[in-house]
Amino acid sequence: MTPREVAVLVLALGGVFFALVAAVGLIRLPDIYTRTHAASKSETLGAVLALSAAVVAFDSGITTVKAALLVAFMFLTNPTAAHAIARAADDQGIAPWTTEDEE
Amino acid sequence: MTTVTQILLGAAAAFVLVSLVALYRVVSGPTMPDRVVAVNVVGSNTVIVIALLAAALGEAVALDIALVYALLNFLLSIAISKFTVERGGVL
Repeated sequence: MTPREVAVLVLALGGVFFALVAAVGLIRLPDIYTRTHAASKSETLGAVLALSAAVVAFDSGITTVKAALLVAFMFLTNPTAAHAIARAADDQGIAPWTTEDEE
Repeated sequence: MTTVTQILLGAAAAFVLVSLVALYRVVSGPTMPDRVVAVNVVGSNTVIVIALLAAALGEAVALDIALVYALLNFLLSIAISKFTVERGGVL
């Protein structure tokens, strides 16, 4: 395998792994705030890794720049969107999940 | 089919499967923000799948589609969280 193939393989595998972590967190965690935690961080890292694989795979100039722009855009917007949703949930009065019962 | 193409197509298929898993939270989320977060994750995965397919098939035009999809995905989350709060100003 050439170094480029190894780089694409490692980046794609890392992206798939972190997307899987995000999906597991989205399914298993107990409330909206913990779910946004899983969805924002893991999903952003998975997106950046997988899009970096696409950046390495492209070989011509302007498409590489476009894919790199996509990486930067995902890196900025994904946590921002998760933060906005979590804050909207807090403003709606959705209570955070706790372990003790306080009635 | 080169090795890079195979890797990228396999990664795209894996992302589709992960999106199907996340779709469970869209259907059964107890509150509305749960569903919005899950839809956001599925949309991000869609952007990644489009970009990976663009790289695998050599279709550089599809990257523009991925960029517009990412913009729409971000706008959806911001708009929904803004309109569900009465005063606005969620950011």
